[in-house]
Amino acid sequence: MSMLLSIQNLGKSFGGLHVLQDVNFEVPAGGIFGLIGPNGAGKTTVFNLVTGLLQPSAGSVHYQGCDLAGLAPHRITRLGIARTFQNIRIFKEMSLLENVMVGMHEHLTYGPLDILLNRRACREAEQKALERAHELLTWVRLDHKAHMEADNLSYGDQRKLEFARALATEPKLLLLDEPVAGMNPAEKEELMEEICNIRDRGYGIFLIEHDMRFVMGLCDRIAVLNFGKIIAEGTPDEIRAHPEVIEAYLGSEEEGETA
Amino acid sequence: MEWLDTFWSTYNTLIYTLGVHALLALSIWLTLSCGLLSMANAAFMGIGAYVAALLTLHFETPFPLVLAAAALVPAIVALIIAIPVLRLSGVYLAMATLAFGEVVRIVILNLDITGGPEGLNGIPQSTQGWHIALILAATIYGLFRMKRSRVGRALEAIREDEVAARLMGIDVDRHKLFVFTLGAVIAGIAGGLNAHFTFFISPREYGFENAVDILTMAVLGGTGTLIGPMLGSSILTLLPELLRFLNDYRGAVNGLILILVVLFLPKGLWDPQRFKGWFRPQTREGGVQ
Repeated sequence: MSMLLSIQNLGKSFGGLHVLQDVNFEVPAGGIFGLIGPNGAGKTTVFNLVTGLLQPSAGSVHYQGCDLAGLAPHRITRLGIARTFQNIRIFKEMSLLENVMVGMHEHLTYGPLDILLNRRACREAEQKALERAHELLTWVRLDHKAHMEADNLSYGDQRKLEFARALATEPKLLLLDEPVAGMNPAEKEELMEEICNIRDRGYGIFLIEHDMRFVMGLCDRIAVLNFGKIIAEGTPDEIRAHPEVIEAYLGSEEEGETA
Repeated sequence: MEWLDTFWSTYNTLIYTLGVHALLALSIWLTLSCGLLSMANAAFMGIGAYVAALLTLHFETPFPLVLAAAALVPAIVALIIAIPVLRLSGVYLAMATLAFGEVVRIVILNLDITGGPEGLNGIPQSTQGWHIALILAATIYGLFRMKRSRVGRALEAIREDEVAARLMGIDVDRHKLFVFTLGAVIAGIAGGLNAHFTFFISPREYGFENAVDILTMAVLGGTGTLIGPMLGSSILTLLPELLRFLNDYRGAVNGLILILVVLFLPKGLWDPQRFKGWFRPQTREGGVQ
């Protein structure tokens, strides 16, 4: 199986605090890869390192064989990695359509003169972008709200809009940071379905989650992060049976009942 | 048409000023549209005005070239100070750009070539009404097209959430540099035009107070659209004239009106969202969750 993302000996420390130490794993080109771990284990830091918002203190991140060290976030997005955020970060004062079209920024190649003279190159590209935005909104079943201001969406719909906006950057790999955090059970169910739909369209998905049940049902492979270190990696069944994982999540034998 | 002649000779400076102030308000609208609170526009205007006036007075340069220089020199200065200044945001950027404005004012005040505190006198009145109208129209058209393109969307995305914008593949730094420089170009041209109908310029016209005035124009009108800044600049230009009967108190009334607008209409006078609300008083589709 070909690997999209390869993380080697990755480490990150803030001052004396080691948030990540010697993290190694690889994300395959298809399917859903999950990174799980208790709150504060360093999961979001991994995403921030992959997307270029932070620079690693040690180790490296390779995407399709290309070293991401020192690349600015927008360059990494252009290489084909998109992400969503744990605390949703849509553009609230824009319509759903505009939100999605922001994601297409780099794929609209018309120049300044095309803009000023409103040339055909500009009009046609904008028209195509608009159609594509509608299509992406249809994928997440939000097209009927396309002209609404994004701020008026429900929490679950805002998350779905974030999916559509991330897909607008034409990624190969989609990073989802706790996609069901704060959702009610019905919304969780719906989002799970959307994530499967996106996977079925051929995108690679790498998600972070601490809700074990959600991850087990969804992921093909899982890595477990605890206190900044990978303690296990494998299929959901292997992870479920792994003693260290059970301890990290449920506490050791004596504490087991309270967890 | 005798009354028209009288009207024009009485008010032509005011009408010219309306145009120049509209340009200035649009120049700060540019930076505000991507969330940058830059207060350097008065200084860029000053640089443009002095460059233009000096070229006219000492070299008898043709007017179109004068205006080109009034645009170019502030742009170069903007590109240079952008390197340290655009790393900042919020109040810190405002403070740094205000400080830059003070530097410019004091340099102009102390140089010999700029005439020091006396300023420059006897600048020929080369600016015609149609110059201002044409440049203003071109600016509005250009900004309008830009606003409706990918660049406009990118600027709004940066204003709303810079990190999210970066991760959408937008080169945030380049866009900031672009609006900062273009703002300086527009302010510089406004300065060049202004110098060539007021006959006289002095460092006092490009200081802190003017920087705040320019910001106030845009904020008063509202920064959501292009109409807002122009409405704001027109009101702030005309208000002192309309309040002339209040004599010494007109400044105070001017300030009072501003306070009321900021308190009760925080999005400015021209806010399409609010207008929509007038026609659709019921709750919006989808409602608040």
